[in-house]
Amino acid sequence: MNEVTKIDGIGSSVRRTEDKKFLTGKGRYTDDINRPGQVQAYFLRSDVAHAEIKSIDTKAAQSAPGVVGVFTGSDIAADKVGGPICGWVVPCRDGSSTKEPPHPLLAQGKVRFVGDAVAVVVAETMEQAKSAAELIDVDYNELTPVVDFVNAEKGTQIHEEVPNNCYFDWELGDESATNKAIESAAKVVKLSVRNNRLVPNAMEPRSALAEYDSLDESYTLYTTSQNPHLTRLVLAAFMFAIPESKLRVIAPDVGGGFGSKIYVYIEEAVCVWASKKIGRPVKWTADRTQAFLTDCHGRDHVNDVQLALDEKNKIIGLRVDTVCNLGAYLSAFSVVVPTILHGTLLSGQYDIPAIYTNVKGMATNTVNVDAYRGAGRPEATYLLERTMETAAKEVGMDPAEFRRINFIPKDAFPYQTQVALQYDIGDYEPHLDKAMEMIDYSNFEKRRAEAAKRGMYRGIGMSSYIEACGLAPSAVVGALGGRVGQWESASVRVNPTGTISVFTGSHSHGQGHATTFAQIVADKLGIPMENVEVIHGDTDKTPFGMGSYGSRSLASGGSAISKAVDKIINKSKKIAAHLLEASEDDIDFKDGKFVVGGTDKEKAFSEIALAAYVPHNYPLETLEPGLEENAFYDPTNFVFPSGTHIAEVEIDPATGVVEVVDWAACDDFGNLVNPMIVEGQVHGGIAQGIGQALLEDAHYDENGQLLTASYMDYCMPRADDLPSFKVGYTNTPCTHNDLGVKGCGEAGAIASPPALINAVIDALSPLGVTDMSMPATSQKVWKAIQESQSVAAE
Amino acid sequence: MGEISLKLNGKLETKDVADNTLLIDFIREHVGLTGTHVGCDTSQCGACVIHLDGVSVKACTMLAKQAEGSEIVTIEGLADGDELHPMQQAFHENHGLQCGFCTPGMVMSAVEMVTKNKNISEDEIRKGLEGNICRCTGYHNIVQSVKAGAAKMGG
Repeated sequence: MNEVTKIDGIGSSVRRTEDKKFLTGKGRYTDDINRPGQVQAYFLRSDVAHAEIKSIDTKAAQSAPGVVGVFTGSDIAADKVGGPICGWVVPCRDGSSTKEPPHPLLAQGKVRFVGDAVAVVVAETMEQAKSAAELIDVDYNELTPVVDFVNAEKGTQIHEEVPNNCYFDWELGDESATNKAIESAAKVVKLSVRNNRLVPNAMEPRSALAEYDSLDESYTLYTTSQNPHLTRLVLAAFMFAIPESKLRVIAPDVGGGFGSKIYVYIEEAVCVWASKKIGRPVKWTADRTQAFLTDCHGRDHVNDVQLALDEKNKIIGLRVDTVCNLGAYLSAFSVVVPTILHGTLLSGQYDIPAIYTNVKGMATNTVNVDAYRGAGRPEATYLLERTMETAAKEVGMDPAEFRRINFIPKDAFPYQTQVALQYDIGDYEPHLDKAMEMIDYSNFEKRRAEAAKRGMYRGIGMSSYIEACGLAPSAVVGALGGRVGQWESASVRVNPTGTISVFTGSHSHGQGHATTFAQIVADKLGIPMENVEVIHGDTDKTPFGMGSYGSRSLASGGSAISKAVDKIINKSKKIAAHLLEASEDDIDFKDGKFVVGGTDKEKAFSEIALAAYVPHNYPLETLEPGLEENAFYDPTNFVFPSGTHIAEVEIDPATGVVEVVDWAACDDFGNLVNPMIVEGQVHGGIAQGIGQALLEDAHYDENGQLLTASYMDYCMPRADDLPSFKVGYTNTPCTHNDLGVKGCGEAGAIASPPALINAVIDALSPLGVTDMSMPATSQKVWKAIQESQSVAAE
Repeated sequence: MGEISLKLNGKLETKDVADNTLLIDFIREHVGLTGTHVGCDTSQCGACVIHLDGVSVKACTMLAKQAEGSEIVTIEGLADGDELHPMQQAFHENHGLQCGFCTPGMVMSAVEMVTKNKNISEDEIRKGLEGNICRCTGYHNIVQSVKAGAAKMGG
């Protein structure tokens, strides 16, 4: 092993160590894995949105070629297998709790959305399974579907347990103080916005491969998961009532998640169950249409906003009334997304003395809605930043200056918001200033005038967002209704030669943990990065961990690794003191060497490692041999990244096409471990936000049929829809984790939709356009232009 | 059923497959090369792009039978032993991939695009990648990668 002085540590844009396998086709995703004797599962799904099941006849399918099993909800019920559970509930205004209807693995008595699984056919090949599924005869008694979530209260009741189709009616903040502020305001700005429904669309469709070993009565499940330990916990404890030790969950390479692979879906559970029933490994992989129909969707809110201003244009109150669509069943984090992760963000970057919000979560005959990149925070940011821009225009202030006078001043941190969160640190003017400089804000009107000469409408819009990520601490999460802890784990094993194996509870599905986490370890131990291997995604290898979502991996998982390394260093000092015949207090650790202070006596890290495993000269009376440490880190607070994004657009009135011509993003993520990876996260987030603002919309018709269930119908952002991005940073290091890091994964998706819609409205403002809903498609924009021109002509 | 023979990454592969077998299933399931991916079922996402007689093709959109006698290169056949193809190297250096799922198709499309147009512009790259969807990168670094790859390939 080489000991080198120069290392690629924290702060270096090290090229990713995981790249080579992906670039050479050696990535190993779930569908790439095959087991001997494996059979294929195909799910027969409801083609109606809401119906009672009168009968299911599977006889013909049972005897079709290649079929080894056909199962329905009654088989699941007979085996007493539980369904997916809700991981978070909130109290309602009337004192009751969230209504949690059961979600059976296969429909029992009723189907509740197009795509609801009615039966599973297991056959030698997928083609045989599909052909046999066509022979199943399901007799439905169709019921009126509930699709319009805003009026869902009046619709046919979907679940016995959910009166008025309302899962919860929740509130946060001081209603009376907020209403008083609104009544006494010099001006109240009112805005209604809709946060359009999106499909996460990780490029790798969900997949599961389950195998039962009858010798030791245990299961192995390979699956597309962002958090394999949670999957194991839910399957073992809530569905199959087996000890966790009897189920190994492996999430190998996972092709993107964006929230959609957090939850345990019915398909992987059915594969696990069927693998024992049939006695052969059972595999299922979604095609894209199934992904559209059954992956949890995101967003789908309407928000009524009232922003109260005093005579100096300072905000004195904010009231937001929200109705959101949660779909046919409650998914794991359906409830927390529009409540805790939405309501608590409503203060944004602003000093707001009174805030109140009410959220109603509705059941509809559409697929479940849950977390999608940002999860609640994009919705909060969208309504707030659209309202800030609208307010600025109504009071005749530059939007940047209006934000500036309302920012929480930098000497006010830690800042207690009126919606439960306490921001530990932040400084908002620098990223506003820098973003304005990056996009040359001061010369924008010249560019607008130049564009006008070409017959184009040019606009600029901004968004100053706050994000709360790395949910914590667990005690607070529990008090807010969470049923899980929110710590993260790490195990750092120093091998006898001094190489390191890091086992993390986080899961990488594109984020580059193998590189970033290795950088942290290499930096702290002063060893080359190539000596550090990061292992994740296998419950038999890694300690119990919470996985990756909510931009938590570095702040929570990275901090756990840092703490485990600190323990390694502490033990190593004891070993070094013994070897160097010095007092432990006199040992300094620097650049990978343990040195007796003020002398040239030293031991390299690799020598300590060897001594720990070959303890011939070792303080065995007081110290155990070996060098391996665990850490479970429960952060004391959320982390609060913030930033300003500014979008500049040009609109062609002949076509209504919005071209994003420039983008400046200036973010405060605290300290950066790998700036290259962080920048990639920002790019990806912005692209998804631009997709939401201009292109994407999951649309159900009045019968509950998903009209946008393929890439022919759901408009994904493509390379020629997007610009290059300017990315910059400011830095106020997080005060409560060792690394001073925040999170960066969701920021782009949170910041970008309001910036872009503000820019579109600004571009059309000469025509008198003051509002625009998402997505601002070319058709919608073209119509707005036509309508404004016809109004002008009258 | 019928026998199909084709050259895959320089190696002759002869398999007895059903007539309706798609080329992507021939490659992934019958030969067992899983580097080429399936991300959709409407020929939109481009995760399955391979080279068929030097032309980039979506392997989900043709029958294996139609590829009889052809020479196919997949992502597994692009590198020269341990040495990455200049385009693969450019994706690595420019952080042109995150989850890696769309990457094989992206790289295969990029190689063909640049082979045909050595002095490719950013605009041409963006238009050329219209048939390849990536959800992770926002394309910024993919475009930079293709530019750098083009330079390495002698553009």
